[in-house]
Amino acid sequence: MDLGYKLRQDFPIFKNGICYLDSGASSQKPQSVIDKQNYYTEEVYANVHRATYTIAQKITDAYEESRKKIADFINADPKEVIFTKSATEAINLVAHSFGSIIPDGSEIILSEMEHHANIVPWQLLKNRKDISLKIIPVLDNGELDYDEYEKLLTDKTALVAITHISNVLGTIVDIDRIVSSAKKHNAKVLVDGSQAIMHQKVDVKKLGIDFYTFTGHKLYAPTGVGVLWGKSDILNSIPPFLGGGDMIDTVSFEKTTFAEIPIKFEAGTPPIVPAICLGEAIDYISNIGLDKINEYEKYLYKYAFDEITKIKGVRVIGTVENKAPILSFIVEGIHSYDISELMNNENVCVRVGHHCAEPLMKRFNMLSTIRVSLALYNTIDDIDLFINSLKKSLRILG
Amino acid sequence: MQINEKINQIAEDFSYFSCWEEKYEYIIDLGKKLPPMDEALKTEETKVKGCMSQVWLVALEQNDNRLKIIADSDAIIVKGLIALVLKIFDGATREEIKQVNISELFKKLELDSNIAGARRNGLASMIEKIKTF
Repeated sequence: MDLGYKLRQDFPIFKNGICYLDSGASSQKPQSVIDKQNYYTEEVYANVHRATYTIAQKITDAYEESRKKIADFINADPKEVIFTKSATEAINLVAHSFGSIIPDGSEIILSEMEHHANIVPWQLLKNRKDISLKIIPVLDNGELDYDEYEKLLTDKTALVAITHISNVLGTIVDIDRIVSSAKKHNAKVLVDGSQAIMHQKVDVKKLGIDFYTFTGHKLYAPTGVGVLWGKSDILNSIPPFLGGGDMIDTVSFEKTTFAEIPIKFEAGTPPIVPAICLGEAIDYISNIGLDKINEYEKYLYKYAFDEITKIKGVRVIGTVENKAPILSFIVEGIHSYDISELMNNENVCVRVGHHCAEPLMKRFNMLSTIRVSLALYNTIDDIDLFINSLKKSLRILG
Repeated sequence: MQINEKINQIAEDFSYFSCWEEKYEYIIDLGKKLPPMDEALKTEETKVKGCMSQVWLVALEQNDNRLKIIADSDAIIVKGLIALVLKIFDGATREEIKQVNISELFKKLELDSNIAGARRNGLASMIEKIKTF
């Protein structure tokens, strides 16, 4: 199990000697992605689509090639893959465009473990439209309460919008179970895959869902690009989100017609270089293999969990068996910020706060946790550094 | 003692520390000794915005135009930083407080290199609030 030692050589940032345990917030970038970014900035840069000169055609090809790589990666049709600026924008797109065609009186089901990005767009929709939001509760161990979920479903349920993996608890949601119950009521399902796409194989067809969203910067690509995948029949039947350049077919002051999907949803100049880099990042992890990454990250997580639970006063939040490599914890009687502040002095990068999931924090009766989120470049040494730094911090604070 | 003398005194105390651990131990110790704040004073109004942990701050005016400052936090390092701030500002007049330049103060105490960025912003918010009293 030395995968991380080998892979971290690909990430130039580790020359700085940091112990980076915040990949759930944003991941570091491998050299191949950085090279791609430089190449399409320094040598082959132009706007995409429509221009006739060579570099514009080259960068357009690269942009569309990346879309194809993403489609293959999640087993989808490229025309169903829409580039957005973030997962947040992708969810907002669905809330706006799909939200506009659901009938008054509709119900949307969310869960208590959602990131704010999968709460606030639906609240904004609720402000515009007569709909109601229903919330699936979370059990004490961090598992979703599936029995309660089934009770929330009615024939008025238009959509179940749920995270694939909780960014705080690391809980992996059983999407098969969510979908099979939702379909009995003809409800659509949106899955926010921001915390899942880098850890496990995602097959949107097999999942039987209607929308899947994720972001590039957690998947070893730069910031500024996100993805919305949607079923083509739905994407064809809903109105555009933003209007402007590229997304049109013809424009006149009397009537404008729109381009076919996916361009219909890509108004304005898209995040060209980040989108191309996302394809490169997918190549990077595909070459390693997601199964191998998944197995390695599970091994790291287990080691971290076993070590941290030996420390007196530590309480891990989210203790279900099958988890993503996300470890949230508090230490009884000690403020999380005090711990992370001391750890910062040893270059141990952990996240502390409410993790953009305030309703979940409220559910567990806390204001903040410390979160360690692992990625393919982490090693047992990183975890030892973290554990030693934590012990030292507790000694200083004690 | 004038405010500037107080700042110089703290800077001198800090100069004896040979590593970050000692500095933090000192700050934490100050935090532990900070007199408790009356719970009734911990309201939304007295809360300092821009802090990642919870911070409450009130100033009571004393007869001779000097401010009595009372503050607290739920995080011990912040409590220690509050104690430092109080060492400087407690009992000072508004005019004296207004003359303090926050970035110069941080530089003098070398807080700009040791304390994490987010904390520094919180500390600055705290001092800004004192300046409004």
